[in-house]
Amino acid sequence: MRQAFKRLGAAMLAGALILGTAVAANAETVLHRGNGAEPETLDLHKSTGVPEANIIYDLHEGLVVFSADGLPVPGVAESWDVSDDGMTYTFHLRADAKWSNGAPVTAGDFVFSLRRAVDPATGSEYAPTLAPIMNAEDIIAGTTPPDQLGAAVVDSRTLKLTLKAPTPYFIGLMAHHISWPVHKATVQKFGDEWTRPGNSVTNGAYVISEWVPQSKIVAKKNPNFHDAANVTIDTIVYYPTEDIDEEFKRFRAGELDMTYTVPTDKVKWAAKNMPKEYRNSSYFGTYYYVVNLTREPLGTDVKLRRALALAIDRDKLVDKITQGGEQPAYAWVPPGVAGYDYQQADFAAMTQAERDAEAKKILAEAGYGPENPLKVEVLHNTSERHRRIAIAIASMWKKTLGVDMTLTNQEWKVYMETRDAKQFQVVRAAWIGDYMDAVNFLDLFISTAGVRNDPGYTNPKFDELMAAAGVNPDPAARADQLEEAERIFLADLPIIPIYHYRNTTMVSTKIQGVIENVLGFHLSRYISKS
Amino acid sequence: MPLEPTDEIAGRSLWADAWARLFRNRAAVASLVALGIIVALAILAPYLGAYPYDEVDWDNIQTAPSFENRHYFGTDENGRDLFVRTLFGGRISLTVGVAATLVSVVIGVAWGATAGFLGGRADALMMRFVDILYSLPFIFFVILLSVVFGRSILLIYIAIGAVSWLDMARIVRGQTLSLKRREFVEAAHASGVSPFNIIRRHIVPNTLGPVAVYVTLTVPRVILVESFISFLGMGVQEPETSWGALISEGVRGMEFAPWMLVSPCVFLAVTLFCFNFLGDGLRDALDPKDR
Amino acid sequence: MLSYAIRRLFGAVPTLLLLVAVAFFMMRLAPGGPFDKERKVPAEVLANLEKAYHLDEPLIAQFVRYLGNVLRGDFGPSFKYKDFSVTELIWGGFPTSLTLGGTAILLAGVIGITLGIFAALRQNTMVDYVLMASAMTGIALPNFVVAPLLTLVFGLWLSWLPVGGWGDSWTQGILPIVALTLPEIAAIARLTRASMIETLRSNYVRTARAKGLPERVAILRHALKGALLPVISYLGPAVAGIITGSIIIEQIFSIPGIGRYFVQASLNRDYTLVMGVTIFYGVIIILFNLAVDLIYGFLDPKVRYD
Repeated sequence: MRQAFKRLGAAMLAGALILGTAVAANAETVLHRGNGAEPETLDLHKSTGVPEANIIYDLHEGLVVFSADGLPVPGVAESWDVSDDGMTYTFHLRADAKWSNGAPVTAGDFVFSLRRAVDPATGSEYAPTLAPIMNAEDIIAGTTPPDQLGAAVVDSRTLKLTLKAPTPYFIGLMAHHISWPVHKATVQKFGDEWTRPGNSVTNGAYVISEWVPQSKIVAKKNPNFHDAANVTIDTIVYYPTEDIDEEFKRFRAGELDMTYTVPTDKVKWAAKNMPKEYRNSSYFGTYYYVVNLTREPLGTDVKLRRALALAIDRDKLVDKITQGGEQPAYAWVPPGVAGYDYQQADFAAMTQAERDAEAKKILAEAGYGPENPLKVEVLHNTSERHRRIAIAIASMWKKTLGVDMTLTNQEWKVYMETRDAKQFQVVRAAWIGDYMDAVNFLDLFISTAGVRNDPGYTNPKFDELMAAAGVNPDPAARADQLEEAERIFLADLPIIPIYHYRNTTMVSTKIQGVIENVLGFHLSRYISKS
Repeated sequence: MPLEPTDEIAGRSLWADAWARLFRNRAAVASLVALGIIVALAILAPYLGAYPYDEVDWDNIQTAPSFENRHYFGTDENGRDLFVRTLFGGRISLTVGVAATLVSVVIGVAWGATAGFLGGRADALMMRFVDILYSLPFIFFVILLSVVFGRSILLIYIAIGAVSWLDMARIVRGQTLSLKRREFVEAAHASGVSPFNIIRRHIVPNTLGPVAVYVTLTVPRVILVESFISFLGMGVQEPETSWGALISEGVRGMEFAPWMLVSPCVFLAVTLFCFNFLGDGLRDALDPKDR
Repeated sequence: MLSYAIRRLFGAVPTLLLLVAVAFFMMRLAPGGPFDKERKVPAEVLANLEKAYHLDEPLIAQFVRYLGNVLRGDFGPSFKYKDFSVTELIWGGFPTSLTLGGTAILLAGVIGITLGIFAALRQNTMVDYVLMASAMTGIALPNFVVAPLLTLVFGLWLSWLPVGGWGDSWTQGILPIVALTLPEIAAIARLTRASMIETLRSNYVRTARAKGLPERVAILRHALKGALLPVISYLGPAVAGIITGSIIIEQIFSIPGIGRYFVQASLNRDYTLVMGVTIFYGVIIILFNLAVDLIYGFLDPKVRYD
């Protein structure tokens, strides 16, 4: 009760202030964003989800940030030099980069923050993303102290990062919040509570001013931000919107300016009836089925896997079931990676009739028929989308191949455990890229990837190419190696790709500056509202 | 008074009387008939529809009811026939409802009446046990069951059985506390009737009113608990379904595909009304004061 | 009566301890852990996380540690919502759930009991049938159908009320309270009616009427008191349930209550939060059931505890 009263008091006080200043100031611009879920944490070294990232990218700024169209552009660093061997990056920080308390952002802040990110005591789940930096892996594993990280202060405005191998996507990685700075004194003073309104000191376009768990997070414009002159939204309110149907209703009722997503079964309606608000952009992810390679018969017979992959009519699936304009996938790495040619399995070029005919032939040759149907068990976690896709695929496999498919739906954590223990025959999965590079996808299936390698895929040739690409300083040759690796992977079919994701959202016509981009991040500083 | 010999005769005629009275109650008889029809529909489901319950009709994804294409209740988001699925759904929902009713009446009434009648330490222990079961995180209980039973439907019945009798026990105990001080119970006590027989003959029949009503509250509740368990991925597995599952799928279509919600809701509501009238009829038929 | 209440309160301590122990081990038997993600956490990082939360110790040691912390009033940090402690989450959300649930159950109690009495007094008339049929409809329509229907009709189509949200305007409370109240009115009205009919036929009410007491007095003072017993039995756990929030109502109307934690904490394997809400709920259940037992004694002097 006490908290409720305090909140009421604060609201009244704020009301009084607004009344007092309303005459002088222009009306405040407030952006209401549906943000999917309650953030698990706003600590940028610990957070992992998209709802968290949406807020973190507004509150903080890294060396590199995402532009309105999702490309990495200079942030706190105004420029950088890369050594000839591609192993040393020197960042020059801008002079007017400040924390929200007015203190300058220094190279020392970055060194402190990067060490904190990889320090085992922090318990960061995303720390392995920083593996390209010298010694990062050993520090995460606890065998090397954090101060051995390849990050050094040259002077207060110059930062030097040393890598263990050339990493062409390193600048893109610096746009991810795991590499971003936190305010040392604040973190040390408040511990786990440093992200709270009142405690939090950040260097982004906004500062957090209110956090009511499960209700809203409010952020106000940061006057100390170096580009504050171009920030037009004064206040952002992020709402956790767990029930996406209700989020959609709130948007239509004018309570939200932007939604987190659009319910699948409303996409067609939205596209038809609210074409100005409905947004559909490609998204850097792939939806797929994993085949357990350690289980007979699918795991040991690539032809059977091919038959199953062939018999999925992806065009029909995305048109009638998922309905969000998804792109049928015959590939693992989604299209749109700069310098990387989109690779597709050979049957991408066939018509569905040809695919079905070949699939039937394979199954007949393998001795399966009406009396002896192939039995497939598909595991998925509880979700409307996964359920509907599985039912549709079961129907296609049944109709074309006479396959007898059993669906098993498990609660999320049980599903994870079953999947990790490889207690499945086929399991649904999805992967969304963190940074725009093919490695981010292909890395999952090297034989040493451990539990991430769901199918249990091992192909020495694939491993060899991946290892070679990992140390190849020549971007073009490296891309060739990765492309070849993916071709080998697609021929082996340890997974059955189904579609590449699309990002569907609703954006009010009052909002400008939301530009479609593959990572799906829309920083509020680029947005304006009329 | 020669109590013992007449007791048996009175026992038999009580049930015979009750049946006769029940069959004179028109609402109860109509409900019984309606329930019979619904049960028959659920059993005969595979022979009644024009489509198998798990077939995807790719040309009719989420289409409105139509006699032309013989989807009498329309189709769901996967193009499956809702007429057949609704009838099929009745199988799970009806058996869950009946199982929960049985558990809550048998265990709940016995437990509550015993606790209330014995009083003191026994009452305290028995009711604290109920409190603990009440407060345990139900989801973990279901998750553990799902680990033990896997895809088996048995899990739903056990999970629902475990919780459906708790409220009933509390209500019956409350009634018993008051009943056991009434004149007729004290008289039976004084004339040496055993506690078991007092509970059976004097306490339980007098709690039937609230019990009958509470059963009608329990049935819809467990049918929805079933849909919740299924929603969590631990109950009915596709392509099987239940009314609860159909309703929760239909809710999303409320605005643009209302037929997905209407047919399972109507079936559920009609069934509950029938259970309700039947419960009232049974209560009246068994009421010792009406004799 | 007072000594009975005090004895019961002391008796609650072993009950709660048993609850904590059973819940703790049951929870840990379930597959999955708080840090399982689709995006696999490398083994070294997982080890770091488990160490930070003492999950690497033997289970029994963790239990002892947890019990010790709880006795000192420390329910630990949430594993899922890492920036908040369990105590903060529960105390932050409880006032909201209490406001909503308390209002709803008060309304439901008053309306439900009144309707129940009306129906009982006019048993087997049109009034009775209409009231009971609408009550049945209220019971048959689940919350997760009624709530979205309300937001669709009153929020979106008619635009009379906000679709969701909390704390900006009192109008945001109307639809969730209606959705919470309707099924409870129905249940209470049906229970009241049934037991009212029964008590109206019983000897002592007949006596009261025969003595020539005015009908209103006979009904309110004598019949109603007896008739309320099963309603009170029902209300004990019902109030405890409703004031601790409902995940369905909270998610649909975006309300920051604690009802969602009962479900989500379990699904997230947020161990500390699960234990927190379990203990919290256990205490409330025990308190309300004690209150119910005390009210029995007030409603019916024949009920005695010894």
